[in-house]
Amino acid sequence: MNLIIQQARLLDPRSGTDQITDVYIQDGLILAIGEPPQLTSFQADERVNAAGMWLMPGAIDLATWLREPGLDHKATLASETRAAVASGVTTLCYQPEPATSIDNSAAVNLIRKINQGLQLAKVEVIGNMTFKLEGKRLCNIGGLRRVGCVGVTNGWQPFENLNVLRRAMEYTSTHDLTVFMYPLEHGLAAAGVMHEGEVSTRLGLPAIPSAAETVAVAQIIALMELTGSRVHFCRLSAAGSVRLIRQAKREGLAVTADVAAHQLYLTERNVLDFDPLCHVRPPLRAQADRDALLEGLSDGTIDAICSDHQPHELDAKLAPFQQTEPGISALETLVPLTLRLAEEGVLPLLSALAKITANPAAIIASPAGCIAPGAPADLVLLKPEVLWDFSLATMRSQGKNTPFAGWSFQGQVQRTFLAGRTVYQAQEAN
Amino acid sequence: MHPHLKPGPLPLSMQLAPGNQLNHFLTVEGLPYQLLHDIMDRAEQFVTLPAKQQKKAPLLRGKTVMNLFFENSTRTRVTFEIAAQRLGADVINLDIRTSSTAKGETLLDTVRNLEAMNADMFVVRHEHAGTAQFIARYSAPHISVLNAGDGRHAHPTQAMLDMFTIRQKKGAFEPLKVAIVGDVLHSRVARSQIHALTTLLTGEVRVIGPKTLIPAHIERMGVKVFHNLDEGLRDVDVVIMLRLQRERMAGALLPSEREFAKLYGLNEQRLELTKPDSIVMHPGPINRGVEIDTEVADGVRSVILEQVTNGIAVRMAVMAMIMGGNTGSAA
Repeated sequence: MNLIIQQARLLDPRSGTDQITDVYIQDGLILAIGEPPQLTSFQADERVNAAGMWLMPGAIDLATWLREPGLDHKATLASETRAAVASGVTTLCYQPEPATSIDNSAAVNLIRKINQGLQLAKVEVIGNMTFKLEGKRLCNIGGLRRVGCVGVTNGWQPFENLNVLRRAMEYTSTHDLTVFMYPLEHGLAAAGVMHEGEVSTRLGLPAIPSAAETVAVAQIIALMELTGSRVHFCRLSAAGSVRLIRQAKREGLAVTADVAAHQLYLTERNVLDFDPLCHVRPPLRAQADRDALLEGLSDGTIDAICSDHQPHELDAKLAPFQQTEPGISALETLVPLTLRLAEEGVLPLLSALAKITANPAAIIASPAGCIAPGAPADLVLLKPEVLWDFSLATMRSQGKNTPFAGWSFQGQVQRTFLAGRTVYQAQEAN
Repeated sequence: MHPHLKPGPLPLSMQLAPGNQLNHFLTVEGLPYQLLHDIMDRAEQFVTLPAKQQKKAPLLRGKTVMNLFFENSTRTRVTFEIAAQRLGADVINLDIRTSSTAKGETLLDTVRNLEAMNADMFVVRHEHAGTAQFIARYSAPHISVLNAGDGRHAHPTQAMLDMFTIRQKKGAFEPLKVAIVGDVLHSRVARSQIHALTTLLTGEVRVIGPKTLIPAHIERMGVKVFHNLDEGLRDVDVVIMLRLQRERMAGALLPSEREFAKLYGLNEQRLELTKPDSIVMHPGPINRGVEIDTEVADGVRSVILEQVTNGIAVRMAVMAMIMGGNTGSAA
């Protein structure tokens, strides 16, 4: 299938390109940009008239809790990859959790096999750092590397002690893999369910101080110095963490970091009146933390924005706050919330897009996330002027647990390509 | 998905129908000044009415009140039971341990089942904050919910009986200095008292305790924080002592009961620091010799037993105002 996408405004954060041009696609790859390819006998099967539209790389989501196999009542690869491509995300990073442990190559292959039957979005796999995520014994990290895991993690599960973490970091770096760390000092978090501050005091909910995160960030940075390993910090929420990582980057450590998109818009105040849809981990923090996260994005301390997509069944959120499960079904708001940062002037458009394309691509060493000759043709066309409402009725994820229902967004995905194949096309109604 | 079953915020506004009629009684937060006085006025009428006459005005005849206690509390449950019975309601006590709901039945299943037994009012106590609000939000529209304590969040009838007791003894709230002493962090009573006292325009509200027992940013609820008991007690009109739970020692919040008693226990000497006509309150049950000395608990300034008596009148008042229509005078 050969394609020409004509006269779109091409937005490629990696090269800094922002211009109206044509893109030539052959056999799933981008063949040429601007000038027609000279040396090949290129014959287009379709010419896509994209005048007035934006063409961006498909977004890469660093954290998607895909639930299958093991928690299929919450979501499946089929339901979530369909939701992904309709919202402009073409690569998902599978996040293991205790019920969906990625202990060995068979687990990785099973996910690959399920996804091969779907072929909507790419699913990269992050493997377990320790067996069953118990924080005690190392997984076969070398084997996970061989079958193509893009990194390893222990998720939110604690390590038995810092020595296990130290050894796990050393062993992972032996295999040149990135460690995805969720910074949390479990003793300080205790049974907390929201940020420790004014709102937790008012609601009487057990709380997690910011220090539960910053203490862990500081420990992990110290262990990076000891082990020379490469660490990606997942889901920063506290101002103090941004400061520590800024300093670590200045000192030249191989560190990257991400933030969940909802942390950039919501704070502890959104938890008021016990809204279980705002029960997330790490918790929504204070306004000053939100400001620091935005500043960290802006100065490059925070490399990537991810969805931290956690689809849930209805009952998981239909209980008193403390009994509800944390997490937001956030896949479909990743691209809209990121575009909104540009619209609101927090980040220039290309910088905002870099946080969900080129930068996460670099973190997982993916050839996608850019529009350049030779790169996979994972592309998204969107109409920048369309205003639309995000609603539960039109949401595609199996999990409807979002606090963003009713929000208006500008810029709507019209068509999504995965390796040059159309995997989503909007209805022609608008 | 049934639209009624959409997860989301549990707005406080559902407590009030148009005209400030009480639909539920979930928290003192957000209730208007006048409504708090209406509750106390109504309680006053029940206090002055002899018990036999109260039975002639059975405002809740034919109604079924269900006490849903997911957490143990004989005393509070009994005062709700007496209050409902004096108003002529049928009372059913359900001791539902959280563990039994954890075995499979969700909280909503439990509520649905009880609704099907023609309940009119749920009196709810639960270990988790927000549970009464949750049940109120998802119950059938004809059901009223009365919060008898949810986690560390709220205990509004306790706060209102305390306000009622203060008003009986002191009259206006505006000139008063009130100190709340002890484990504020874990106390739903303290939170509700703070909301009530600030809504009633109390001159000064203080909280006193070690840093481990004072929650973050509590000053933003409109109180002054003291860590030294002697300083905090100076010139106050009302001292409210909170109960200290034994398990606080295990959580490294306090070294020992003895040290707490020495530093934060109310004794006769310390009472001298307060105004000469100050009163001493405690939501009970009291730990004699820990947060309060026997001489003070049983002393002339203590109004602890009057609080218990007033508890019935205030609970009758709230129930009558929720189920008996308007907020006007009693029959």
